[in-house]
Amino acid sequence: MDFVLFDGKSLRIIEHPIIQFPIKREVTFTFEGKKLKGYEGEPIVAALYANGIKVLRYSPKDHRPRGLFCAVGNCSSCLMEVNGEPNVRVCVEELKECMVIKRQVGKGTFRGGESSCKVQK
Amino acid sequence: MLPKNDKAYVEMVKRLLPSLKRREKGPYAIFECFQEIPCNPCLTACRKGAVDIFIDINHLPIINYEKCNGCALCVIACPGLACFVIDETYTKTETSIKLPYELLPLPKAGQEVEALDRQGNVVGKAMVIRVQNHKKMDHTCIIAIAVLKEQSLVVRNIRY
Amino acid sequence: MQSTEIAIIGGGPAGMCAAQAAAEQGARVTLIDRGKQLGGQLVKQTHRFFGSEYEYAGIRGIHIANILEDAVRKLDNIEIKIDSTVLAIYGDGVITIEEGENYKKLTSKKTIISTGASEKMLVFTNNDLPGVYGAGAVQTLMNEHGVIPGENVLMIGAGNIGLIVSYQLIQAGVKVAAVIEAAPQFGGYHVHAAKIKRIGVPILTSHTIKEAIGKEFVEGAVICRLDANWKQIAGTEKKLDVDVICLAVGLSPLVELLWHAGCQMKYVPQPGGYVALRDRDLQTTVPGIYIAGDASGVEEASSAMIEGKIAGLSAAEALGYNKNASHMKAKYMEEINILRAGNVGKKVREGLKMLAV
Repeated sequence: MDFVLFDGKSLRIIEHPIIQFPIKREVTFTFEGKKLKGYEGEPIVAALYANGIKVLRYSPKDHRPRGLFCAVGNCSSCLMEVNGEPNVRVCVEELKECMVIKRQVGKGTFRGGESSCKVQK
Repeated sequence: MLPKNDKAYVEMVKRLLPSLKRREKGPYAIFECFQEIPCNPCLTACRKGAVDIFIDINHLPIINYEKCNGCALCVIACPGLACFVIDETYTKTETSIKLPYELLPLPKAGQEVEALDRQGNVVGKAMVIRVQNHKKMDHTCIIAIAVLKEQSLVVRNIRY
Repeated sequence: MQSTEIAIIGGGPAGMCAAQAAAEQGARVTLIDRGKQLGGQLVKQTHRFFGSEYEYAGIRGIHIANILEDAVRKLDNIEIKIDSTVLAIYGDGVITIEEGENYKKLTSKKTIISTGASEKMLVFTNNDLPGVYGAGAVQTLMNEHGVIPGENVLMIGAGNIGLIVSYQLIQAGVKVAAVIEAAPQFGGYHVHAAKIKRIGVPILTSHTIKEAIGKEFVEGAVICRLDANWKQIAGTEKKLDVDVICLAVGLSPLVELLWHAGCQMKYVPQPGGYVALRDRDLQTTVPGIYIAGDASGVEEASSAMIEGKIAGLSAAEALGYNKNASHMKAKYMEEINILRAGNVGKKVREGLKMLAV
């Protein structure tokens, strides 16, 4: 299984002078069909950033790229398609094993019930 | 107003200094706190009662240098990281400065580092004397450095 | 339909203090927060707080969050709902909540709204590019989730948030190219500025951002100087090779629920925009609806905590719970006046004058 590092390098903090980040369980998910790793329970966007992905969707009218802006669920800049459901705020939605994450284009498409694992949990 | 350049800053700090007699006695704290903000941990942290009691929390702290023994508890307590401890008796040619430090990696005792002024300019070298970092300090470390005497009021940070 | 005596919407410093104060008088409280944990924005404040020991001065915000949460969880008469977003407050007093995946209804005798604030936006070319963030977002990403936003940052705004987040970026290993501020003098505490200056971060006053550069995400920024009338000076443009542009240009109170509940609102610039009129008890013009913290006007966490206590005590007192509420309220009012007494509290005092009923 190959794991793809996207546009940039990983942005995870390894060592911090004040904070100790708890160790979390690693899970796999797919982004645009590519298998990636992240930590269970972290916001989806944190896992995407850790893989160097910053462009989260394209706007409906002018097809402008959109990224993270408020990180606390206020602004709706980070809407993506998660498991076939559009308009999910990935700054507050927790990452789970087998998630299927796609860049949303415009208002998105409802595909419903997607999973990247063969056996659905 | 925060002084624009280091010279003006040093002049402001000079006015805070204790008497020459007290400076020759050993370590003392200086509070580089020039703006009235609602804050008083220096007052509550000092175990020597060396910070004059101020009722209005917005007032600037004033150190009673007869009581201050340069213990550096204020260096850890100050949320503004604006307290330093100066010891002009460290050696004949050098002053020791204790400064608060919250970055990684931490230097080691005996290490030579770059000495920075308040604008982040490199102004010379400093020797790390000691690094204090125990649990009670909650990650605000105290780094003691030795600098040339004439730089006692100039050096306020390190880099390496 | 569930019922409670006091519903508190927002579990940050103001909400938690309100819950504790009201419950200690004997009232039954429901504390509601949309987040996965209590604490609001405290959970990403890694710096030591100002104020006095009553507001936990000298302690890091992250630890204050734990202290307040422990106090709230010790009280049996506080029910905590996390992962619960309040959707509306209706005319008949019904509060609707999205609790996890479920839709719930709650009635309360009194309601305290402590929903906090949101970041303001700034107009410049390409301000919608990925890589342009609110300063609070960057704090959340790195201090809560352990991920940095990029490698080199331009911070817009040298108020306390801009200065503090710049320092925290450096702590997380990120370079801060510059902090720019449109005003001729920066508004944040001098000691916060001094911390980043001595690390070598320039603070450029009378500067603004002209545009963000980049196609898919930020690859640079153009800044320029402003004249005495805040007009951009042609020919002073400078390009910075940054991949993060961080906006710390102020906060606006989150007041949607206050509008919805029919509280009389007023636009006042000092507290950050539209805010509710209130009496000394922090009760709005709608009887039984109280406000506390940044939702009542943007200020510091220290004052948010005291406002929370005042609102909590007022609500409990109005329900007839008064162990020592009147006495405590007087004490907290004195405390908050002391916090606001100084020079830096001038703006807050001006704003409050326009909001009293």
